[in-house]
Amino acid sequence: MTTTPRLAIRRSRSRSGAATGDRWLPLIGLLVLFGLWWLIAISGWVNPVLLPTPLTTLGALVKGILSGTMVTDFGTTVLRTFAAFALAALVGVPLGVALGSSEKLYRSVEFLIDFFRSTPASALIPMFVLFFGVNNLSKVVIAAFSALLLIVFNSAYGVIHAKQSRILAAQAMGANRWQIFKDVLLFESLPQTFIGLRSGISIALVIVIVAEMFIGTEQGLGKRIIDAQQILNVQDMYASILLTGLLGYSLNMLFLTVEKRLIHWSGK
Amino acid sequence: MMVAPPADSFIAVQGLYKSFLGQPLYEDFNLSLPTNQLISIFGPNGCGKSTLINMISGLLPYDQGQITIHGKPIRQARIGYVFQNYRDALFPWLTAYDNIAYPLRVRGVSAAECHHRIRTLVETFNIRLDLERYPYSFSGGQQQLVSILRALVGDPEVLFLDEPFSALDFETTLFVRDKLQEIFITTGIPMLMVVHNLEEAVYLADQVLLLSKRPTRLVERVPFDLPRPRTPDTLSSPEFIQVSHHCLEIFRQEMGK
Repeated sequence: MTTTPRLAIRRSRSRSGAATGDRWLPLIGLLVLFGLWWLIAISGWVNPVLLPTPLTTLGALVKGILSGTMVTDFGTTVLRTFAAFALAALVGVPLGVALGSSEKLYRSVEFLIDFFRSTPASALIPMFVLFFGVNNLSKVVIAAFSALLLIVFNSAYGVIHAKQSRILAAQAMGANRWQIFKDVLLFESLPQTFIGLRSGISIALVIVIVAEMFIGTEQGLGKRIIDAQQILNVQDMYASILLTGLLGYSLNMLFLTVEKRLIHWSGK
Repeated sequence: MMVAPPADSFIAVQGLYKSFLGQPLYEDFNLSLPTNQLISIFGPNGCGKSTLINMISGLLPYDQGQITIHGKPIRQARIGYVFQNYRDALFPWLTAYDNIAYPLRVRGVSAAECHHRIRTLVETFNIRLDLERYPYSFSGGQQQLVSILRALVGDPEVLFLDEPFSALDFETTLFVRDKLQEIFITTGIPMLMVVHNLEEAVYLADQVLLLSKRPTRLVERVPFDLPRPRTPDTLSSPEFIQVSHHCLEIFRQEMGK
């Protein structure tokens, strides 16, 4: 019983020593990338029209943001991604949990889910355009569809793989089926559900960007990247790519943070 | 064929049949356990010790037979169950307090009553744990103690324990074992415990049930009636040594068959 405090002290002591230096480790990769990029850009191996230096690109990024049009494109893409994600999550989580709680039900649709999950969502874009036209809705629906499959699959999987021992424990305490479902299965599935939500928003962003490039639209980062490429405005193209990357990374971090706070027991 | 079980037994098993994958595990198994006792079950690996208490506690279906707890069908009895693996049996999304309160909430007991009962429990057994913490922040022994409190809070008619010490280290085993003895002395709730260590099986028990290899039979019921509380000195008392030796002897004979 007395081992806990001793352990805690030992752990914090060993951490405090190395922590200060280790915190900057992730920056090294970034610096190396920018360094290589800069070297290649000024070496003359690549046509400077195709590859501006990192500084020029960052300058274009700041200029684009300040001039306002990049912000509008960014906002539109974010809005579409979140709309698609919300749609997918609202339908996907309850559907996945329901499917997962009946093994027979899940087995009967498992093939469909696996099949469409393995089909690149971009291959379905033309089909969706046929049904929903080339408006804003179609982009959101396509992205929502691809996110939906991931969310359904993960939520169902989380319920199916709930710890049998916890279900038995609830049963021994006299819980009925509904209580076991809402008090145990739902919570057991949450860590896996969050993996689905996180992959869901990532794929939603991917599909929104692709849809903006190929379906045609007035605004959006995808549209901006392809337009900049068409007129060889490479600085703006790279700047927009960087911004898209930043968006994707931030979304992932946001979800990880929420997940860590909400699913505090995960992995413990 | 059904005969009414003796009135003073807390558990009565009659004509129990259970098979796994076509292999008979229990064939016409009968058992009647006297009330107010702590009973250990000991036997070779794979003889179905845990299967037996899971069937008696209603967690596992059986093929044929009749099991009653205090003369009632299992479903109508209030039971407490302590699992071997506390980590996979507690709910990590609930605080220790909410874990302990769960069996009461399932039954629709009010928050005030829950609070009262948990306080009584904590004071009676002198539990010094911050119950607002989550289970995973406790040591193994503390987690198993929370599991035991959770099993006790609903005022069970019988407490089942499936290898409650086997996931604990030696030091915490001693701690949890003493707490369990204290609980038994105070509450008198009959307990049925599966144990995989002979010394532990004898130490706390009024009776050790020795089971055979499968198909499982009850080889012998070995009484151990040294007065409680039992202490580390018990382990070196002639009675303890004699009973342990006898159990081991029978166990060896069974394994040799």
